Amino acid sequence: MSDARSNILGRLRAGKPDLPAAATPTQIPLASWDTQGRVEQFRNKMESVRAEVHVTPRDSWLDLLRRLVAEKQISNLLYAPDGPLGDALSQAWKSQDQSPLIARTAAVDEWKEELFFNVGGAVTSTRWGIAETGTLVLWPTPEEPRSFSLVPPVHFAILQARDIHDTFADLVEQESWHRGMPTNALLISGPSKTADIEQTLAYGVHGPIELIIIVIAENNAFPVT
Amino acid sequence: MQQTVEFHARADKALHNPQIRSNFRYAMDGLMYKRKISFPDLDELNLLRLRSAEIRANSLSNLPELLEQLEARCNENGIQVHWAETAEEANGIVLGIMNRHNAKLLIKGKSMVSEEMELNHYLEQQGIECLESDLGEYILQLAGEPPSHIVAPAIHKSRQQIAQLFKEKFPDIPYTDDVDTLTRNARDILRRKFYEAPVGLSGVNFAVAETGTICLIENEGNGRMCTTAPAVHIAVTGIEKVVEKLSDIPPLLSILPRSATGQHITTYFNMITSPRKPDEKDGPEEVHLVLLDNGRSRIYQDEELIATLRCIRCGACMNHCPIYTRIGGHAYGTTIPGPIGSILEPQKAGLDQHGDLPTASTLCGACAEVCPVRIPIPNLLNRLRFERVRQDQTGVTRGQGSQRNPWEARIWKGWSWMHANPAIYRLGISLATSLRGLLPKRLGAWTSVRSAPRLAAKSLHTLAREKGFDHE
Repeated sequence: MSDARSNILGRLRAGKPDLPAAATPTQIPLASWDTQGRVEQFRNKMESVRAEVHVTPRDSWLDLLRRLVAEKQISNLLYAPDGPLGDALSQAWKSQDQSPLIARTAAVDEWKEELFFNVGGAVTSTRWGIAETGTLVLWPTPEEPRSFSLVPPVHFAILQARDIHDTFADLVEQESWHRGMPTNALLISGPSKTADIEQTLAYGVHGPIELIIIVIAENNAFPVT
Repeated sequence: MQQTVEFHARADKALHNPQIRSNFRYAMDGLMYKRKISFPDLDELNLLRLRSAEIRANSLSNLPELLEQLEARCNENGIQVHWAETAEEANGIVLGIMNRHNAKLLIKGKSMVSEEMELNHYLEQQGIECLESDLGEYILQLAGEPPSHIVAPAIHKSRQQIAQLFKEKFPDIPYTDDVDTLTRNARDILRRKFYEAPVGLSGVNFAVAETGTICLIENEGNGRMCTTAPAVHIAVTGIEKVVEKLSDIPPLLSILPRSATGQHITTYFNMITSPRKPDEKDGPEEVHLVLLDNGRSRIYQDEELIATLRCIRCGACMNHCPIYTRIGGHAYGTTIPGPIGSILEPQKAGLDQHGDLPTASTLCGACAEVCPVRIPIPNLLNRLRFERVRQDQTGVTRGQGSQRNPWEARIWKGWSWMHANPAIYRLGISLATSLRGLLPKRLGAWTSVRSAPRLAAKSLHTLAREKGFDHE
């Protein structure tokens, strides 16, 4: 095996072609928006791939979430009690809510069957958003594992408007991603989809069938819908 | 020459199959249109292509160093790196990992390198089940066929053909040719497999040397499933897929999905940097990265042909190719079809194996025009047409000179001698003009679908002289 390594590297070094030195990198002008424009761009792109986007003031996102969960008749809602939204969710949920909140803090291996077959939806926080492409950026944590945004059929994602960056390039640079990457970083742009049959778009293949995003705007910062 | 005969026979068969002709025409028209409208700003497209080509060229010019850096970062992060010179070695590595875990089921995300390795066939001979989970690949596995397009593998099949296939394979599920229902049925069937599978396999779109990060592009979520649910994840990649920095990723991610299918971004961009950490609750406990050479380091040694390795596998060249659109992907008989396949595969397997593929082109240039990393495919096709007949045995391409035909060589020698001797040239032209009536109406394969060319009564030289141009 180490033979393969030294043979491959040896061949690459021995035969390295004489290529012209790289010139100054081509600069690509990056798109930018103001705060309200960013949210609008984010929403338009997300809606173009059949994600649902709701923009709401900070003090009413929990009521909105409860209403959406009830309207969609989600059987139960998986959440991360120790995640960034944990306290707010457990305080807001009422015993009369038809869709109970469920918390699972053990390793997923211990409740994998339930996760795959008996969870109706999951709610997660979102680390950043990207306006240009309408993208959620998640860096899952031990408190909020990556399966939450993948396995249940409906994913509710909570995003702060102030965390939306203009472009992916901006985000990678401004947040210095090169200093250290998490186990898994995810860009999510819509519910799962395929066009493998006759190029016909169909939503809901192996990941979530529905993606519902609640964007929390600072109170009175700009009109919300 | 055996392969040549097979290629011509397959192309001929495809050309006479109306279903193939219409399925590909319809699909390629759609893909070309979607790509076009996804780049409304041509200046932006040109800058993005320049930048993407620079990123890939830079990666290649530092390839050995970047591979070592990638390996070092992966090791620090806990990803196990394996090197394979050949497909057989890579298969052996995957089998070794399966055996260590006593695993009998491998669930696969889409990977063209695993197709190149013929991994499924290899593992199945060892009693291990391989299950494709990308919807298109899954359909083909049910049908027992190879992919015909690198991005849309089942593009040659119609909805009705797929519905019929599901009916045969799953008689308990009610017949439907509704795309949404077919898709939902596949979701239900495969969900249990994701739940059960002990090992998942994926390809790699980009491997970032700076951070040791494996990047995967997909829409369905099966790639995330394969790299999240099983306890072990194996990623297989060609050695050329490495890029230097994380900041190289955004331009490539911006241009790849748009070039491929016209989407502004895919649903998922999955960046994997380590196996599950001790306090984490999910994700694979082991992650393996298999780096496969299989002829790439030989392609690397030619300063012109090295551009082949810039490819980011978007498929735009095939979508825009008049040959591919007419004969479809299977006629090529290679893992990767279309223009990129016609330069890549003969270099990998040797011109003695696929020496005819560089001739499967009109050299119209559409492939180079749409290529997001500006690979000069027509130039490379021409170069390989030279390699297949060259005699001096100085190039690095395997099988060079293998398609040399002594008669053809003599004719060209005579042609070049005639053009170097003005008196002979004039004599030849006047003979050809006066004897033009004797030119046969049938000229072998050329006239099977065309009428024979006819020489003009007067040569261009004569006409020019008559018009008063008295010198060259």
